[in-house]
Order: sequence, then C-alpha cells, then structure tokens
Amino acid sequence: MAEAPPPLSAVLGRDLAGLALIAAAGLAGYWLFPDSLAFLTRLISISLLVLSLDLIVGYCGIASLGQGALYGAGAYAAGIACLAGLDDPVLLVLIGAAAGALTGLAMGAVMLRAHGLPQLVLSIAIVQLLHEAANKASSITGGSDGLSGLEPAPLFGVFAFDLWGRSAYLFGLSLLILVFAGLRFVTRSPFGMVCRGLKEDPLRISALGIRAFPVLLRMFAISGAVAGMGGALSAIATQVVGLDSISFEISANALVMLVVGGMGHLHGALIGTVIFMALEHVIAAIDPFHWMTLVGAVLIAIVLFAPRGLSGTLDEAARLLTRRPPEPGR
Amino acid sequence: MLTALSIAMDALAYGMALFIICIGLSLTMGLMRVVNLAHGAFAMIGGYIASWAMREHDLGYGFGIALAIAGTVMIAVPLERLLYRRIYDRSELTQLLMTIGLTFCVIGLTNYLFGPSLKTIPLPAALAQPIDLGFRSISGHRLFVIVSGLAVAGGLWFLVARTGFGVHLRAAVENAPMARALGIRTETVYALSFALAIGLSAFGGVVGAEFLPIEPYYALRYMVTFLVVVSVGGAGSIPGALAACLLLGAIDVTGRYLLPDFGNFFFYLAVILVVCAFPRGLMGRAP
Repeated sequence: MAEAPPPLSAVLGRDLAGLALIAAAGLAGYWLFPDSLAFLTRLISISLLVLSLDLIVGYCGIASLGQGALYGAGAYAAGIACLAGLDDPVLLVLIGAAAGALTGLAMGAVMLRAHGLPQLVLSIAIVQLLHEAANKASSITGGSDGLSGLEPAPLFGVFAFDLWGRSAYLFGLSLLILVFAGLRFVTRSPFGMVCRGLKEDPLRISALGIRAFPVLLRMFAISGAVAGMGGALSAIATQVVGLDSISFEISANALVMLVVGGMGHLHGALIGTVIFMALEHVIAAIDPFHWMTLVGAVLIAIVLFAPRGLSGTLDEAARLLTRRPPEPGR
Repeated sequence: MLTALSIAMDALAYGMALFIICIGLSLTMGLMRVVNLAHGAFAMIGGYIASWAMREHDLGYGFGIALAIAGTVMIAVPLERLLYRRIYDRSELTQLLMTIGLTFCVIGLTNYLFGPSLKTIPLPAALAQPIDLGFRSISGHRLFVIVSGLAVAGGLWFLVARTGFGVHLRAAVENAPMARALGIRTETVYALSFALAIGLSAFGGVVGAEFLPIEPYYALRYMVTFLVVVSVGGAGSIPGALAACLLLGAIDVTGRYLLPDFGNFFFYLAVILVVCAFPRGLMGRAP
C-alpha cells in the first residue's frame, strides 16, 4: 500500500458514526413500523446470516452456498435448549453461537479440503445433508413440523417477549450493533488482514510462512458463531424453528443479498439484506413468480454493470464526487 | 433378485438421463470454464417446447424432440452472444450469480407463459409398452433412454477426440490467444460448443421427463443435482461424467427404493465422501 493509513482517531470516528447510523435506522424502524416488528426482527436475524457469509466470501474468498447450515444449527440448538428449560435469552444466543461455531469448524474442515467448484458443491452437500438429518431426527428436531412453543424467559428478568415483538426487536437490534462492532474489530485486526491477503494472493501469504488452513478455519468458526446467533435470534423472536432455517434456499438468498449489497464490506451486507428483504416483503406478497423474475434481472444487471455491488458502487460514486484517493484496507 | 434387477434397470436409466443432461454442463464447465447454473433451465425449456408441440399440436415424439432441441438452441444462442460472452473470463462467483439470475428469470417467465402446473410429455406407443429382453422385460422408454445415453457418450467422445472440430475446441481451451493466432475462430468454436451443450440439455430434458418432471421450478429443483453430478465426475471429462451419473443415480434410486424416509441423505453423504477423496472429481484434470 503506497499511501499512509488514516489516523486511528479518524477510523474510530467513522466506525462510531456507522454504529450510530445502524442504531438510528433501527430505532426509526421501531417508531415508523410498529406493526411490522416481527418482519424487522427477521430482517436483523438474516442480516447476521449475511454478515457471517461476508466473512467467508468477502474476506476469505471462499464461495459458499451452504451458509444456512450454520444459521440452522444455531436456531435448532437454541430451540432445543429452550424446550429443555434453558430459557434465558442471552444464554440461548450464546448457545446458538457455540453451536454455529462448532458447525462452522466441521464445515470448514470439510470445505477447505477442496477449491473452486468442488468446494462450492461441498457446501451445498453439507447444508442438504444437515437438512435431511434435521428432517429425519424428528424426536429431537420435530422433523418437518419443526420445533414450536418455545417460551424464552423475560430478558434480564424484566422485559418479557410480548405479542408485538417489541422486546425481541430491541434485543435483536442491540445484538446486531454488538456483533457489527465486534466484526469491525475482527476484520481490521492482523488476523482479518491475513484472511484478506489469502483471498488476494494465497501464494504470497504462504511465502510469509503463514499456513492458510488454520487461519481460514478460525474465520469459519467466527462466521459460524455470527450465523448461529442469527439463528438463535430467529428462534427466540418467532418461538418456532422450522426446516427452512437450514435450507439451500436460505443460503442462496443470503448470497444474493450479499452480492446486491457488495461483498467484502460489512455495511454492504446490511444494505443488501435491507434492500432485498424489503423488496421481497412487498413484491413477493403480490406474486412470487414476478419476484423471481425481478431478482433474476437484478442479478444479471449487477453482474454486468455494478460488479462490486451497491455499496462498492456507492463508494466509487462518493469517491468521484469528493475526489478522495481510494481508502486503504478496503 | 427381481427387485435388485428392476432397481438396477431404473438406476441405469435414471443415470443415463442425468448423463444426457449433465454432459453438456460438464463440457461448458470443464472446457469453456463457465459455471452455467442455467443449464437446467435450458433442459426445462426443451421439455416445455416438446410438451407444447406434442400436446397442443399433436406432433410425434421424434418431431417433439427435434423441435425442442432446435427451439432451445435458438433461444440460447442470442443469450450466449449477449450475456455469456461477457463472463467467459470472469470469476466463478460472477458466473454463478449471473446464471442463477438467468435461471430465476426463466422460471418466472415460464410460469407466466405456461402456468404453474406439471407438463407431461406423452410417449409414443412403441416406447410406452415393455420390451422383452429374453431374460426379463424392460419398459421401452427406459431402454430408449439407456441407448440414447450410450449414443451421446460415444458421439461426444468421437467429436472431441477424433474430429477437426474437437481439435479446434481443445486448442481454443488450452490457449485461446495461440489458437486465434493459428487462425482458429475461437468465438465461433465457443458458440458452437455452447449450442451443442444446450442442445444436449434440451434432449435430456425431454427424454428424462419421466424421472425429472417438467414444471416451472424444474430449473431450480434439479440445478443442485446437475452441479453436484458434474463436480463429482470431474468437469470436462466424458467418462468421469458417465461414472458419476451412474454412481450417483444408483445411490439415489436405491436409497429411494429401500429407505424412502431418508430422502437425499445418502446422495449427499456420497457426494461429500467422493469430493473429499477426489477434490477434482472422479476423473477431473488438474486445473
């Protein structure tokens, strides 16, 4: 990198501004759409899934169409724990994170054996395998009926999860802000830089004496923890866990959202999720097939005209307008 | 014993139907290096055209197949010029996303034009009845699929390994600038190979409709299966694709007969084991 990195205070200031923006947008949603809090909570939980996918695809350069495996593992772990009597919401999120991280380790260990297309196929095979397993092990997972009747205890013993989902939404929003801040730290750490380096030029990183496998495996575990938290949040908020939480469809949708937003940027993941889910919420209600045609056309257009996604294109436009040099570490 | 034989026959026919559809994908992925997730969408278009021709216009099975292949290729060639040509040397993820996008569009439009219901392809009398092989009888349609699969495998091998076009194709794949310098029109070669792959997918979509019924979600539902089969076989290898189709077809059919509750569990377990053991597929070439 030729130019000097910006001073730390500027970086921290921008991060704080970003977090404040998420909090402000989240609270605005709370006040503006009091009737759609369930949908907004789902949006937050899917945001966590897309953020976790960004860690794998955007920062490590591993294509995965199986991220739903990690999300579903978190959802089922939290659901099973809740039915077993462990009903503290914070504990449930931690259980979801742990289950996601463990699944991430296993998934990474398998997926990192291959490269390119076989790697992608492994990710699909893993999520399909877990889907069938969750369907078959109906004594634990409820099979195709899923788990229902989860009753998480009030948050901190005070805020009960009410019918309108107010507590669940604010709980989810706080979780998202915490995770986002944590991931900012992770992606900027030397470890995050090594991951980025492995994406850009694996040969050069290995020439530095760094082995790729343990680094990428660690990122898989972190990604699993984040996705698992998203799954746990959806289990707590909707009080049901279904087979759709561990499916190829949710994995493929997450990838589409990430691409729409722009991969390799944490805020890109959020932008993509919000745009995709908001549009889906409106259009798919009219006709699911029109929705598919539209998503398809948008994907083709992005690949042809905005290969870096919306956030990348926005950054580019902002840079052209302000005539700033490209930011390092992007 | 009889059950084992009929499972084996079904598995063989299903594997061959998979092969006819997937071999085109294997060639585009292995030789042209394009991850074409819309391949299944073209098989589906073929199926729709055949169904439309035979049910609405009372055309025969042979005419239906010919029309399906011709029609699908006519749809695919402009797409190759407009879309695929721009992603030939882009990353796998880019190719994946654009072709998923194309698949979504095809599904949406198909449903708009033909409605959400299942479309059947009527079989001619000769293929609808069982045929006696001496030691046992097999449904005529299954025999037809098996024979077609073998013919496609042999024909393709001959085309790629023994003809001038095959030489041009392999040269264009190995080193496109050098092939161009030698006077090979690589764009034409790519367009022809793409058309060939799409024609095969349409053919497979029609003859395989008994196993993979034609409906709007066809392209998405079997996309994963096709991708998995090609990757297990090793992209670009004709014997590899044949082996993968027969192996995975056998596992899938046997699993469904004997342990229907488990769905696709054994199919995907086998995929994970094979890809872990052979990261480039059964007979894939080093990249």
